[in-house]
Amino acid sequence: MELAAAKMIGAGLACFALIGAGIGIGNIFASYLSGALRNPGAAASQTTNLLLGFALCEATGLFGLVIALLILFT
Amino acid sequence: MNPMEQFAVTPLFSEPLLHIAGHPIYFTKQALMMVLVAVLSSLFLTIAVKPGRLVPSRGQSVAELSYKFVADMIHSTTGSDGLKFFPFVFTLFMFVLCSNFFGLIPGSFTVTSQIAVTFALALLVMLTVVVVGFAKHGIGFLKLFVPHAPWYLLILLVPIELISFLTRPISLSVRLFANMLAGHTMLAVFGGFAVSLSAAGGIYMGIAIAPLLLIIGIILLELLVAFLQAYVFAVLTCIYLNEALHLHDHH
Repeated sequence: MELAAAKMIGAGLACFALIGAGIGIGNIFASYLSGALRNPGAAASQTTNLLLGFALCEATGLFGLVIALLILFT
Repeated sequence: MNPMEQFAVTPLFSEPLLHIAGHPIYFTKQALMMVLVAVLSSLFLTIAVKPGRLVPSRGQSVAELSYKFVADMIHSTTGSDGLKFFPFVFTLFMFVLCSNFFGLIPGSFTVTSQIAVTFALALLVMLTVVVVGFAKHGIGFLKLFVPHAPWYLLILLVPIELISFLTRPISLSVRLFANMLAGHTMLAVFGGFAVSLSAAGGIYMGIAIAPLLLIIGIILLELLVAFLQAYVFAVLTCIYLNEALHLHDHH
């Protein structure tokens, strides 16, 4: 019983990784928007970098999610 | 209702197809979806460009658009000598994109929500990168792990570069798998809300419309994520190929 409870708590704690991912993704899009509004001409050329940064950032949060799933379902 | 139930891989026939070293190999729902995705996407692309009209029909412009999209992506990330990897990157992109989209059809199965599939794809990418790197630069490919820095920093940097190279297949596969898994789990959880609310009857029947509306929004988000993850997978493949082709000299 205690083990099951500890597993639940552990999985919940592992999801804290998503806080960082949320902050990071917010930062990326905020900086992109402020940059794009200053220089709209260069905005289109940077969408690849934007999406790449978004994906790299999101992945770090998802690793935490995967750990949570591993704790719950193994 | 368990939201993880949808990811269970079940055999379609009770008889295994063949035995490899004593292990029975079944033809599963997932294998059927992979075959469907591969066959349908290649059939569509072949039939769509067959007429070769000067003014393209709808199907033809979709096929031409996806061709141009991937070609532009490779050109901007690896330069013109990366274009010989176009078939590889295009196949990867179309396979991931189509399996993501097919997975969003209710009742179907998302192939890319299985870590076995995405890890196999990521390993294929890394294998290609290593083979291309050694074929092009010989033993000089190992310079990839030695950045331009003073020797006392190299003691620290070389292990870091090595670890970052070795974790690439993991991050590449886990990103795609976790995105698909999280999205479909979220859909199942909100679907469960709607079902249990409407089962409660009375006033709760009216409230059940809220999760239903939310599901529509999430499906829209999932469509975006499905495209984005396929794009990111292809772009990262291009970037890794670029490093194998050009090592550290940027162009």
